[in-house]
Amino acid sequence: MVSIRVRSASVDFPIFDAKSRSLKTTVLGVVGGRIGANASRVVVVKALQDIDLDLDHGARVALIGHNGAGKSTLLRLLSGIYEPTSGTAEVTGRVAPVFDLAVGMDPEISGLDNIMIRGLFLGMTHEQMQERVDDIAEFTELGDYLRMPIRTYSTGMRVRLALGVVTSIDPEILLLDEGIGAVDAAFLRKARKRLTDLVDRSGLLVLASHSDELLRELCDTAIWLDHGQIRQQGPLEPVLEAYKNRPGGR
Amino acid sequence: MVARGSQVSRSWHLAFDDLSRGWKQRALWGHLGWQDIKQRYRRSVLGPLWITISMAVTAIALGVLYAGLFGNPIERQLPYILVGFVVWAFIGGCITEGSTVFISNAGLIKHLPAPVSVHVFRLIWRQVLFFAHNLVVYVVMFAVFPQPLGLGSLLVFPAFALLIANGMWVALLIGIVSTRFRDLPPVTQSVVQLMFFLTPIVWIYEDLQNSDNAAIRDRARFAELNPFLHFLETIRRPLLGQSFELRHWVVVLVITVIGWALALVVMRNYRSRVSYWV
Repeated sequence: MVSIRVRSASVDFPIFDAKSRSLKTTVLGVVGGRIGANASRVVVVKALQDIDLDLDHGARVALIGHNGAGKSTLLRLLSGIYEPTSGTAEVTGRVAPVFDLAVGMDPEISGLDNIMIRGLFLGMTHEQMQERVDDIAEFTELGDYLRMPIRTYSTGMRVRLALGVVTSIDPEILLLDEGIGAVDAAFLRKARKRLTDLVDRSGLLVLASHSDELLRELCDTAIWLDHGQIRQQGPLEPVLEAYKNRPGGR
Repeated sequence: MVARGSQVSRSWHLAFDDLSRGWKQRALWGHLGWQDIKQRYRRSVLGPLWITISMAVTAIALGVLYAGLFGNPIERQLPYILVGFVVWAFIGGCITEGSTVFISNAGLIKHLPAPVSVHVFRLIWRQVLFFAHNLVVYVVMFAVFPQPLGLGSLLVFPAFALLIANGMWVALLIGIVSTRFRDLPPVTQSVVQLMFFLTPIVWIYEDLQNSDNAAIRDRARFAELNPFLHFLETIRRPLLGQSFELRHWVVVLVITVIGWALALVVMRNYRSRVSYWV
């Protein structure tokens, strides 16, 4: 069973190189999380505060919010990269994240090798990935480019590769961050079919993006993050509307 | 099922779990380690062997120099230095690269969920592969200066296994602490360099022990306080066909146990902080 259960989870980043004295008082900026100082006077950025979240099979959730609102941090919390500094995050199911597309790909080695490494990171074996290579090659439409070093790829081609890998391994929880908007419309339609099929079959999807178009394409519910807290949660359109109409918003 | 939170993050269970999941991802770190080696072969015929060659050149030059300075026969001094260099390359590599094992993988750690131990396994595996390359030096040396190997020489296998086990805890421990305190990697580098000179690699420890000069004999005893001496001797003695000395093995075993205990405590308390600190 696929599920995400987050209970009053917070993520505090210690910033060791900031001068803690000058920032001793809690500062509240317009952009970014809340900045405070903990007991040992290390400056901390409260990237996420008191997050409660329940997601189950079939959920297709959009994460919206201004820069630094905590979207990427929340995705990393859900993927298990960050363990909450307080509260709990229980994630049941096989997680496949697609975050920064440049990372985790060696620019000097071929697309095929990168497919293998990505797959191994996501818990696949050599044999399992070997079986999927043809499928990925077909889906990504990269053809002979797969034998070329990744450094020759455009951003869109990298996105195709990353999406090809995560969608081929039958993940249960797909976590996608911005970036994936770099692909062209035709490929996006193709990806959409594959992603929604995946979600319907076994899993759930959380996508962070600033592109309404992309969000409407892939999601049906939304979470609005503001200063590391959940401001509003519900069906996509009303939340998107509220986000647009926020004070200081567009 | 993954349960994570501040209350449960600091647990022995999760520390051991990290290590066992890391071990299970052999395919991943095995592949990455090979990739690191292949990287060096790219567009270069000899690849990592260049490191072996430069090491061999230094060792041979020092061997000839010190054989002259100490008045030792070259067939005794040179094998001693060459084996010492090969083993030290592994020890030094594990420690200095261990101090940056998480810092240099910051990108991967922040973007792909994986047990932290995966990065340490990859590092140690890469060092083992380098060691295998460097063994060419031993083979060539053996052809020129045959050593009186016997059954006791098989002890080199458990000795190297122990060295790997120690490389593992050192990289875990220094790696995690360095991620928090960034002064540590340069300090580590200097200390490793210093230890190279304090450890009998270019100078022969036994010669000092058996010196005619009583003062030197006394001072030579201090070398025993250097833990690296014992690690080196457990491997060098079998490779040079020298006799088995129990005390080196005892020291190595004790350090293995204490070191792993320390590393596990650090793993338990700070494993979950690594992704925050990088």
